[in-house]
Amino acid sequence: MTKSFPGVLANEKVNLTVQQGEVHALLGENGAGKSTLVKMIYGILRADSGEIRWQGNVVDIHSPAFARSLGIAMVFQHFSLFDSLTVFENIVLGMDVRDTSNLRDEIGEISTRYGLPLDPDRHVYTLSVGERQRIEIIRCLLQHPKLLVMDEPTSVLTPQEVEKLFETLQRLSSEGMSILYISHKLDEIKALCQRATILRGGKVVDCVDIESETASSLATKMMGEELAASSPKQPNTHGELRLEVNDLNLDAEDEFGIPLRHIQLQAKAGEILGIAGVAGNGQDELLSAISGESVSGDNASVVINGLESGKLGPNQRRMLGLASIPEERLGHGAVPGMTLESNGFLTAFRRLGLLSHGFIQSRASRDFAKTVIDRFDVKANGEQATASSLSGGNLQKFIVGREISQNPELLVVSQPTWGVDAGAAQTIHEALRDLATNGTAVVVISQDTDELMKISDRLGAICGGVVSPFYPTSSLGIEQVGLLMAGASIDASVSGDAHVV
Amino acid sequence: MRQFQEMPMLFKLIKRPEPSKSMVFLSPVIALILTLLSGVILFQLLGVDPMEALYAFFIEPLTSRYGWGELGVKATPLILIAVALSIGFRAGVWNIGAEGQLTLGAICGGGIALLFYDVEAFWVLPLMIVAGIAGGMLWAGIPALLRTRFNANEILTSLMLTYVATLLLSLLVHGPWRDPDGFNFPESRIFNDAATLPVILEGTRLHMGWIFALALVVGAWVLMSRTIIGFQVKVVGEAPAAARYAGFSVNKVIWLALMLSGGAAGLAGLVEVSGPIGQLLPTISPGYGFTAIIVAFVGRLHPVGVLFAGLLLALSYLGGESAQISMNLPLAVTGVFQGLLLFFLLASDVLIQYQLVRRSSPSAVTQ
Amino acid sequence: MDILIASLLTIITAATPLVYASIGEMITEKSGVLNLGVEGMMLLGAVCGFATVHFTGSEALAIGAGMAAGAGLSFIFAILVLGFQSSQVATGLALTIFGIGLSALLGQELVGIAYDGLPKLAIPLLSEIPVLGPLLFNHDILVYGSIVLVVFVVWFLNHTRSGLILRAVGNSHDAAHAIGYPVLRIRFLAILFGGAMSGLAGAYLSLAYSPLWIENMSAGRGWIALALVVFATWRPWRVMIGAYLFGGITILQLHMQAQGVGVPSQVMSMLPYIATIVVLVLISRDRSKIKLNAPACIGKPFHPTS
Repeated sequence: MTKSFPGVLANEKVNLTVQQGEVHALLGENGAGKSTLVKMIYGILRADSGEIRWQGNVVDIHSPAFARSLGIAMVFQHFSLFDSLTVFENIVLGMDVRDTSNLRDEIGEISTRYGLPLDPDRHVYTLSVGERQRIEIIRCLLQHPKLLVMDEPTSVLTPQEVEKLFETLQRLSSEGMSILYISHKLDEIKALCQRATILRGGKVVDCVDIESETASSLATKMMGEELAASSPKQPNTHGELRLEVNDLNLDAEDEFGIPLRHIQLQAKAGEILGIAGVAGNGQDELLSAISGESVSGDNASVVINGLESGKLGPNQRRMLGLASIPEERLGHGAVPGMTLESNGFLTAFRRLGLLSHGFIQSRASRDFAKTVIDRFDVKANGEQATASSLSGGNLQKFIVGREISQNPELLVVSQPTWGVDAGAAQTIHEALRDLATNGTAVVVISQDTDELMKISDRLGAICGGVVSPFYPTSSLGIEQVGLLMAGASIDASVSGDAHVV
Repeated sequence: MRQFQEMPMLFKLIKRPEPSKSMVFLSPVIALILTLLSGVILFQLLGVDPMEALYAFFIEPLTSRYGWGELGVKATPLILIAVALSIGFRAGVWNIGAEGQLTLGAICGGGIALLFYDVEAFWVLPLMIVAGIAGGMLWAGIPALLRTRFNANEILTSLMLTYVATLLLSLLVHGPWRDPDGFNFPESRIFNDAATLPVILEGTRLHMGWIFALALVVGAWVLMSRTIIGFQVKVVGEAPAAARYAGFSVNKVIWLALMLSGGAAGLAGLVEVSGPIGQLLPTISPGYGFTAIIVAFVGRLHPVGVLFAGLLLALSYLGGESAQISMNLPLAVTGVFQGLLLFFLLASDVLIQYQLVRRSSPSAVTQ
Repeated sequence: MDILIASLLTIITAATPLVYASIGEMITEKSGVLNLGVEGMMLLGAVCGFATVHFTGSEALAIGAGMAAGAGLSFIFAILVLGFQSSQVATGLALTIFGIGLSALLGQELVGIAYDGLPKLAIPLLSEIPVLGPLLFNHDILVYGSIVLVVFVVWFLNHTRSGLILRAVGNSHDAAHAIGYPVLRIRFLAILFGGAMSGLAGAYLSLAYSPLWIENMSAGRGWIALALVVFATWRPWRVMIGAYLFGGITILQLHMQAQGVGVPSQVMSMLPYIATIVVLVLISRDRSKIKLNAPACIGKPFHPTS
């Protein structure tokens, strides 16, 4: 199958076969073409050429409804749920049958059988991400599918939730259901799948039996080269205190937000402090409380470089040496329709003096944007390219570069490599590491636990707007990070009686 | 692709990697041509010779020096308001109550003229100008306050206030401000010379307001392209979250946008009553405040574009009057033209962000 | 007593056009589209309805013409907003400006012509009940129709699959698209329904409320209808209550003008507009309430690329 978009060949002559009852992995880096392929299988996109055979017959899957009628169901990476509707209404919307009289009973039956507890009358916006995923799965199972497609299902789950999901999936596969499991996480695939088709740059690289592969041989096929060994961590001589958050409390702006409660953290010059957590647990709120986008009533709750600044705005905090990078690139970290020159000016104008008596110094702004583009190898059509025309990875390099080039003494960054290709992720990790080595305190908020295990010196987690204590990363295993992400205390887990919520 | 099933069309829209710069300028031209073509059809339906009607509409008004002066007179309030509205629209602040702010400007400025009716001093006119601007700002300040404090939609509040302003003017000219020697007509006294804007082009009615309009165009241009204020306006309009991140206050920009557009509309109202009208009447504007919205869009929300668009829409008013006199065509044709122009403009604007591509045959799926 | 009944009756006629227009707009907004052109569609509906009854004498045709006119204008809106991805706010404003101009052009021959108004349909027996009879059971067909409409919309939104789909599309067009619902087609229909109801509201003005045609006769009711939708937090029963509240204020100020309470008539005429602002402020100040109830996709363009 081949599919092209303007400027990209997303899938080139891709072959994929899934047997009955197998858990088949579709493995590849971000941007390898996995999502495009499954969207064609589910009838959301149509192939430019190629064919799909279903149980031996050529089929033209022209719509998701038709895919469902064949017995194909899909759980999306970004859930297709409706926040303001109830769980039950969401399930009804995903069903093609019109008779909903027995639906409630069926939902109850499936949720007990596969260990997916849910209250059908709750509104979706009140649910956690894991619970939302359950809706999607139940919605699929109600149609008794023969093939279940799961697009990166674990990227939003805690390790414990992942374990539960795997139990459900193994149970389904033992009942004869085929599962197409899309991921770039090798350990998951090792644990769950029998075979894997590996995509790279829109082409199939190989189709392998998982049994006969090791994690590193899979990684090599996925990345195309041996993973550059991550540079050994420098032992950090932690310097002076750059950021102190003391008992920070911040009410949510509305029902959809998360209130922050009793946040306590410190970041010192030269270290990378990691904050793990599942999406939607207050990461955005924490970042804006530190960056100054949300102002706290208590001036002492945020101390930057020794100065109480809880009531200061973003630019006053920047002048104290703070730089911040929000999760959302387009629309938050950068203005989509503006040029890179303007987007460079956006946060640098005060610290770098790009302003004179209220007038924009355009020569200096242009030079600054050019410097960032050169130094961080941003692939863009010059500094006059609009932010929205850049790929995610290049825009992120520009944003990270913009903040680092201002020589901050403290950098707070959320999801630095989310949705970014491997090359850009590497560049960004190195840049953060270098920054810390040169004496900046770096706080990284991320959902990617692997990333945090790799780059952070000390690690904690945020759950429900509460931040855990921090521990040296080297002393933590993935299991314990999972407990932190679930809001449990790991001081207790040593004695073995931890209660996972 | 889905849209194929949803809307069967011969062409499909493909998003451009970068917005097209040339389409930004071409789009109003396309829209104007399409409007003229529909004009031909419209006149045919009305049973008049289209060529004759188009001549009466768009050429005849400009065949005299006086006509050119009138074009400036009509364009002045449109440009004043539209330049300021554009800044608001850039910021995502939808002040559509400029007509009401214009009315308040006329009331406050005109009130000064009536108050100092017996004083013929040089300071009366400047005071009127200040009062007119202040009146417009006051009226625009209400939606600004309600939006920033109470989250109330400024589209609806500014519009409701337009009706209130019109009624207020009606109340004043029917009551306390009625001309004592005016045979009970609902009109104020005619302003004395010290309260009237000087004419700047002999043999026409073109007045000082035109200079104000040009000055505002230049000022707004500098403000929007060179200063941090203009930058803030653009960021707030395009990405409010990015504005917060950059430390810009959304509320300040809302206030700025409404104060500017209110002040400019107030000035436009004052300019009307102390210029071509010369007194307060129950109705002082043929909808300049609403037409200015069209002017702003046709002018691409850019001050220089607004200058040309203001002249074009002013011509539509002149043309309407001239066609009414020479061909007995209804004045409402002007409104229809203006609406059509905006429709076509909005439609052709799609080509700024998207490309029109001929749809390939769907059979490609099973090659 | 008779005076009281008479004024209550006029409240009902003042409220009815608002019920139609705001229920129609509410459905459009539920699908995620904001159409600011209600005023323009009402005016076109008013002039077309009046012209039809004047030239054909048929009330049924006139009502149909009003609806068709509103729907026709909203068709242009739908094409621009859904097909050409134009800004909903700008296009809605264009619709209003165009509607005002076109209705004035079409109606110039109709100014000053009189018409008796829609006939009252007295329901046998029930309308004989003292007080309640004339109040509740002796109205023109469109008053009954407005009640039926509200009941229908309540049932449609809460108890039908189509209603659920409509709400879903307004809540998240991306999710609806991913599941496979035709977002654009659903919005198209919702816009046409809103247009038809606005046109009907306009026709009611020129056929029943004040049976004649004057330029700009809707006098801002289209905008008040938009405010009512916010006031009602997108719930049909509250829309109806709001419409009757505003009908009440309109009639109250008319009566006070007639009684000559010593306040200038212009001040009284300002009341409905000022009341709209006050009501809007009272509801909007609770941001989270608006956010919880408003269709999340309102005003956002949708282009199905993937």
